Amino acid sequence: MATQMNPTGDNVIWTRLDAAANWARKNSLWPMPFATACCGIELMAASASRHDLSRFGSEVMRFTPRQCDLMIVAGRVVMKMLPVLQRIWLQMPEPKWCISMGACACSGGVFDTYAVVQGIDRFIPVDVYIPGCPPRPEQLIRAVLDLQEKIQQTGTVYGKEFASRTSPEGPPRFDRDEIERIRDRQPKKFQLPIYNPRH
Amino acid sequence: MTLIAKWQERLDALMPDDSRRWSEFRAQCRLIVSSDRLAATMSTLRDKCGMDMLIDVTAIDLLEYQGARDRFEVVYCLLNTESGERLTVSVYLNEPELTVPSMYSLWKSADWLEREAYDMFGIRFENHPNLKRLLLPEQFASYPLRKDYPMQGRGERHNFPVVTRAQS
Repeated sequence: MATQMNPTGDNVIWTRLDAAANWARKNSLWPMPFATACCGIELMAASASRHDLSRFGSEVMRFTPRQCDLMIVAGRVVMKMLPVLQRIWLQMPEPKWCISMGACACSGGVFDTYAVVQGIDRFIPVDVYIPGCPPRPEQLIRAVLDLQEKIQQTGTVYGKEFASRTSPEGPPRFDRDEIERIRDRQPKKFQLPIYNPRH
Repeated sequence: MTLIAKWQERLDALMPDDSRRWSEFRAQCRLIVSSDRLAATMSTLRDKCGMDMLIDVTAIDLLEYQGARDRFEVVYCLLNTESGERLTVSVYLNEPELTVPSMYSLWKSADWLEREAYDMFGIRFENHPNLKRLLLPEQFASYPLRKDYPMQGRGERHNFPVVTRAQS
């Protein structure tokens, strides 16, 4: 009701534009489930009736990256899959965030072989990590809540906060022992292949 | 009459060959042929002995294997679907001659099986219609199931451009 002290009445809320945008974004995260292994089963369980991820506004799983703003990488990523992962990440519209779910996505897990990438954060930016093998659905919900907090705290309407993240955020691309193995390779003309995800 | 003796008699009647060797383990018979006799032996086994199904083609790297004299062994598992008989045929190979004739003209199932053996061990199958890598990326430059290949690779798994947050 409009009074002399409050001329606009109770129906108008004053806020910052950033805060309003963050509030809208954090409560309607649309996940892109990049589920490659058993963590994907826990991801499904998190959105099923018992744990019900939709209580937090992120139940709309979309299987096209064009309609998503949260990528959940659930499971191990093999080297042949990584260009696909990077390409899907690049196809998602701004603003976007990434959750690395489970030991394999975070660090390669027990799969320390020539075929499995040792952590997706070496190649794409990650906002929230979830440990566990596989993590419980509660942990995924915790991660979504943490991400909501992060969006509310740091988000801006035009996504200015992303512009400062110009350097790779994960561990270095090659480990030291890996560089030694590359150096003492024996086949005569061994050329490391170059992959381009932007094709 | 042992299993080996039965097979030996049957195959010697069809195509005599002194260089063949036999071994038996737990009622499973194995025939070792030289690589230049492989094609003739296999077509005899299919056409005259009724081995109408090729179950598997794979290879074994015998590097540092106790008592081994050769580097690679290519293994073919055959089955007679009418009588249920099974026979394993193996060929020993050494570098740089890692070439055996393709069995694609005899059994169509050899197509992907031979591509996998090529992918993992680098064994070339002559006259294969489409001999390229089956599982690994085509740019991959080594053969990872060889024993002299390090298990964690030579940097192939981390040889990708990094996408930073500002540029994506």
